Amino acid sequence: MRRIDVHVHGWLLLLPAIAFLALFTHWPAVATLVDSFYSTPRGSRPARFIGTDNYAVMLDDPVFWQSVVNNLWFALGTIPVSIALAMVMALWVNDRLAGRTWLRTAFFTPTVLPMIAVANIWLFFYTPQYGLLEQVTGLFGLPSHNWLGSRDTALACVILVAIWKEAGFFMIFYLAALQQIPPSLAEAAALEGASRHYYLRRVVLPLLMPTTMFVLINAVINSFRLVDHIIVMTRGGPDNVTSLLLFYIYEVGFKFWDTSYAAALTMVLVVVLGLVALAQYAFLEKRTHYQ
Amino acid sequence: MSTLTQILRTTGLAAAVAVMSTAAHAQTVEVPFYFPVAVGGPITKLIDQYATEFSKEHPSIKVTPIYAGTYQETIVKALTAHKSGTPPVTSVLLSTDMFTLIDEDAIVPIDGFVKTDADRAWLKSFFPAFMTNSQTDGKTWGVPFQRSTVVLYWNKEAFKEAGLDPNKPPTTWDEQIEFAKKLTKRDASGNVTQWGMQVPSSGFPYWLFQGFTTQAGAELMNQAGDTTFYDKPEVVQALQYWVDLSTKHKVMAPGVIEWGTTPKDFFERKTAMMWTTTGNLTNVRANAKFDFGVAMLPAGKRLGSPTGGGNFYIFKKSTPAQQEAAATFIKWITTPERAAQWGIDTGYVAVRPDSWETPAMKKYVEGFPAAAVARDQLPHAVAELSTHENQRVTKALNDGLQAALTGAKTPEQAMKDAQAEAARILRPYKK
Repeated sequence: MRRIDVHVHGWLLLLPAIAFLALFTHWPAVATLVDSFYSTPRGSRPARFIGTDNYAVMLDDPVFWQSVVNNLWFALGTIPVSIALAMVMALWVNDRLAGRTWLRTAFFTPTVLPMIAVANIWLFFYTPQYGLLEQVTGLFGLPSHNWLGSRDTALACVILVAIWKEAGFFMIFYLAALQQIPPSLAEAAALEGASRHYYLRRVVLPLLMPTTMFVLINAVINSFRLVDHIIVMTRGGPDNVTSLLLFYIYEVGFKFWDTSYAAALTMVLVVVLGLVALAQYAFLEKRTHYQ
Repeated sequence: MSTLTQILRTTGLAAAVAVMSTAAHAQTVEVPFYFPVAVGGPITKLIDQYATEFSKEHPSIKVTPIYAGTYQETIVKALTAHKSGTPPVTSVLLSTDMFTLIDEDAIVPIDGFVKTDADRAWLKSFFPAFMTNSQTDGKTWGVPFQRSTVVLYWNKEAFKEAGLDPNKPPTTWDEQIEFAKKLTKRDASGNVTQWGMQVPSSGFPYWLFQGFTTQAGAELMNQAGDTTFYDKPEVVQALQYWVDLSTKHKVMAPGVIEWGTTPKDFFERKTAMMWTTTGNLTNVRANAKFDFGVAMLPAGKRLGSPTGGGNFYIFKKSTPAQQEAAATFIKWITTPERAAQWGIDTGYVAVRPDSWETPAMKKYVEGFPAAAVARDQLPHAVAELSTHENQRVTKALNDGLQAALTGAKTPEQAMKDAQAEAARILRPYKK
């Protein structure tokens, strides 16, 4: 009898959290899955069951496939660079150099700025002829280039803004991790005559692995759910070259009002992200050393 | 994430409004009213003033203006609220959203509120060019409010420097190219320091493109909103002209030109002429540090520009008393005097001919003749591209235009693909 009491007590304590989790996480996910098998209700035509039609349409949808490809390039372009940059910046501002508080703030600023406003500023950076970028290239006598308006450079420009934003954010995690490393390790390494480089490679980087994994998973998720820069800077253009998955979902759901197709697209995104996270846990967990 | 918060906020707002309206006196009719802000200026303040003034004259009606973001954000909020069962009673939304709102069964025709002779006269008082985007199937669904057309702005100083008459804007397609060639300045190494002209192509390139197609003598869709004509030879010809401006004649920057930075390019003398909405008039007047002119778009086979901007709509899921109250408010705010004042304060085209005869408007036009250009262009204006599944059908065209402007497709191929896509989307709506 006593044991049951304990269990009931435990579940009751968990109940509020479970209720919120179910209401705001699991229920929307299930509802989305269900909706994706129905047609979009329009005022005069209620939703009806259409099975996997939405998914069949997706296979033939060129904009969807282009968004997938764009998104893969986007992930490939942002993740490694922003993580590497974050690590370098963290190592730099972790040292006892003059003005490091100022530097830390500077690196972190992009993360706290509202992204819509920032995207607007970058829009002007990229403006042909007198934007910041053009001013710099102009000094070297290079011809003017329409950065956001040409197919070759639009996606790269968006990637650059994302790196600029993400790196500072990830730096905070690395900085916290670096300060967790006991100074005695560095002292011991120094006594043993290990070079700075050797110490970094064999002690610091392995100890940063749990953080790297956390940051990596976040970076992957972020790269698939970016939408604000795109809306402000290119709206997916020119001709869909900067259309990313979540932007496309937004467009289908809230511009075309095809909510059931948007639900189907969302399910694809959820499954992809879930698989990526699983794979990362499965492979990286083994290589990660926890203190 | 952001969409979720938006939904939560909207539904929360709707709930709050519902609670407020039940709590209020039974006699007072609550009219929540969503409005967007799409041009510079103190729009929010102006709208609030109108609401207060109106409530003073009609104590039994309380209009509550709710700022809802851009046009796109406003319709997202209005339609989400409609789906949750408590939409605003009235809202200003794009005139081109008409078919979307009808298909969602979200709005009621205005005709139901037109009962007296005075009402009938009121409905007939608007510029016919604006009504084409308000009517389909013999019914009127929207009342013109903040409407616009595309106009040409030119820098008079740049004209003088190029040896052109500063008071004579280009009036034909050929002149436009000829002038633009003279206005394009290059430095020693051949880099352009000032372009001849600029027609933006981001966001809603179809709208500016409709300037070219109208001038070429083509229409993009039918009044029923179930057929598009993207691949007509005149349309291809219009696109060829646009593409040639940057590729053949080299008088416009290549690639896609940003809508939002175009006025700035004009102020910074990076372009000597620009096409943009008349709604930017007040903005240009405040920021251009040189003498500028405003003209009708140059003619191809004919003069032409699409109309644009927002209409009032009345939502279905509100009580008859609320709908009547909203209609009263709409009639009140579109009287000649108020329509004129709204045009003066914002730069939008005052929506009815008789508002241009009011003393306030006459005085304004006398001091600033450029304000009348958009009105004078109205007889040549056509309905803005609007069909069932409007956003999707329009996107097909936008993608094609950008593909042609960035050189990925020939104009002919781009328009053929766009037409095929639009026809596929519109098939279910064919009667």
